[in-house]
Amino acid sequence: MNEIPNRQAICDVLRKEAKSDKDIVVLCSDSRGSASLTSFANEFPKQFVEVGIAEQNLVSISAGLAKCGKKPFAASPASFLSTRSFEQCKVDVAYSDTNVTLIGISGGVSYGALGMSHHSAQDIAGMAAIPNMRVYLPSDRFQTAKLIKALLLDEKPAYLRVGRNPVADIYSAADCPFEMDRATVLLEGSDVAIIACGEMVQPSLVASQMLAEKDISATVLDMYCVKPLDIEAILKAAEKAKVVITVEEHSPFGGLGSMVSQVIAQNCPKKVVNLTLPDAPVITGTSKEVFAYYGLDAEGIANKAIVLLEDE
Amino acid sequence: MENLKVLSYDLREDVVDMIVEGKCGHIGGDMSVMEILVALYFSQMNISPENQNDPNRDKFVMSKGHSVESYYAVLAEKGFFDKTDLIANFSKFGSEYIGHPNNKIPGVEMNSGSLGHGLPVCVGMALAGKMDALDFRVYTVMGDGELAEGSVWEGAMAASHFGLDNLCAVVDRNRLQISGDTEDVMGHDVLQDRFSSFGWHVIDVADGNDIDQLNAAFSEAKTRKGKPTVLIANTVKGKGSDVMEHKENWHHRVPSTEELKQIRKDFALKKEAFLNE
Repeated sequence: MNEIPNRQAICDVLRKEAKSDKDIVVLCSDSRGSASLTSFANEFPKQFVEVGIAEQNLVSISAGLAKCGKKPFAASPASFLSTRSFEQCKVDVAYSDTNVTLIGISGGVSYGALGMSHHSAQDIAGMAAIPNMRVYLPSDRFQTAKLIKALLLDEKPAYLRVGRNPVADIYSAADCPFEMDRATVLLEGSDVAIIACGEMVQPSLVASQMLAEKDISATVLDMYCVKPLDIEAILKAAEKAKVVITVEEHSPFGGLGSMVSQVIAQNCPKKVVNLTLPDAPVITGTSKEVFAYYGLDAEGIANKAIVLLEDE
Repeated sequence: MENLKVLSYDLREDVVDMIVEGKCGHIGGDMSVMEILVALYFSQMNISPENQNDPNRDKFVMSKGHSVESYYAVLAEKGFFDKTDLIANFSKFGSEYIGHPNNKIPGVEMNSGSLGHGLPVCVGMALAGKMDALDFRVYTVMGDGELAEGSVWEGAMAASHFGLDNLCAVVDRNRLQISGDTEDVMGHDVLQDRFSSFGWHVIDVADGNDIDQLNAAFSEAKTRKGKPTVLIANTVKGKGSDVMEHKENWHHRVPSTEELKQIRKDFALKKEAFLNE
């Protein structure tokens, strides 16, 4: 089992690139440890800015740095970054079009039993509703690394969410197909299309293997690019399938499921079921326990597919 | 050298024209902030259409973005864009001249409008200057009502923590906000102490509508090392005409024909007095 969380993959890429690119600046809000960025801070003290527990300041300062040619990566718990500093993300980053990469760490229910204050189940909806803000939820460490490298090549705002815990590898160093803003097709099938993002991609892939044992063939899409959404990939997957299931670590409203449903309703009406967190504070537990309870683990996803196909 | 006192009234006339033509505008704050902007753009800052892409240009963020009419008038006067086009199109359907600063317009660095953003953004700009060992200076103007935003104090805290002596903030202390006297809405009479306790060098500008006093304060700010400077510029809301001065209901207003006549007359008298000084 992989023990490297996606946040560590971000740090590794930034440490490598910061050696030759002195405009890369990492900013934290007393969050360098949680963001796995302590080694960056130690190695590149002149390219690291600590703002203290002040997320609004974190984002505005990043925007000011970007306006002067820097490439800021602002890392803070997704729960605080996406809500406490929402207006700074909207005005200073997206509206002013500054080259800031916002990194929401410990996203979704990563903090488990710490409660709703620490959960970010609204970040996709909020960020995606801001014009000029892109939203990415990479699935594993290899894809995370590719995404960070791609983001270093452009000068546009982006919000990136990663979880706290290591995710079992989906790809490998040698085999990690990645095209910017295009979903990765992990499997092609004809019964069910499972479209997932972030940490939900891995259990979706395991679910597809469980379904295969029951002669149910699934398409699995890694939709790390929630905005801009890969509409072409969604339509291609949906057209072949009897039902579509979306899976995300997010509220039922305004996330990947809502967006995919919108696309399918407008283009090729078909049954779409959104697997999400509830519209309520989640049950107390580790993120793994929470996922299992709400059917966001491999068994839950596979069972949902079986029930839906029986109804067809 | 151009008579900047007279220029401030020429630009007030532009602001009034813009507001009348666009049928909207935050006229009271436009009038109070005018000399601050004129001092910055015509005496203090190294910024012009010619060097607007130079990394070492001085940077300005209009944190009190609602006083956009004065800001646009100053930028047009500096030659960033055409003044006739500005007055004809301000706030009109499809216009680039939105009712708050927008950086698609030449000369505008950052979009603003929501209050409490300018200072923390300027902290980032000033930090970048320090990182790159460039000697540009960073300026922002905030309203006094704006200081109730917590984000202002996050920025103030960071500016002194990082020793940003290349950063100078100005408070347009006109003592009025949309609901009335600032001291009734949310008091700021201990402003000097507040900024001092946050590690800032504070300069009280007795008459914030006096170009000479402002220039003296900006020059002093440039000599202060190791900490940021704030100018508390004691201004008059609606400055320039008795029709508007000290009246909170002129925060956002289009003058009537009668009022306009009197305002223009008052501006002309002020200019004449300056020319005869």
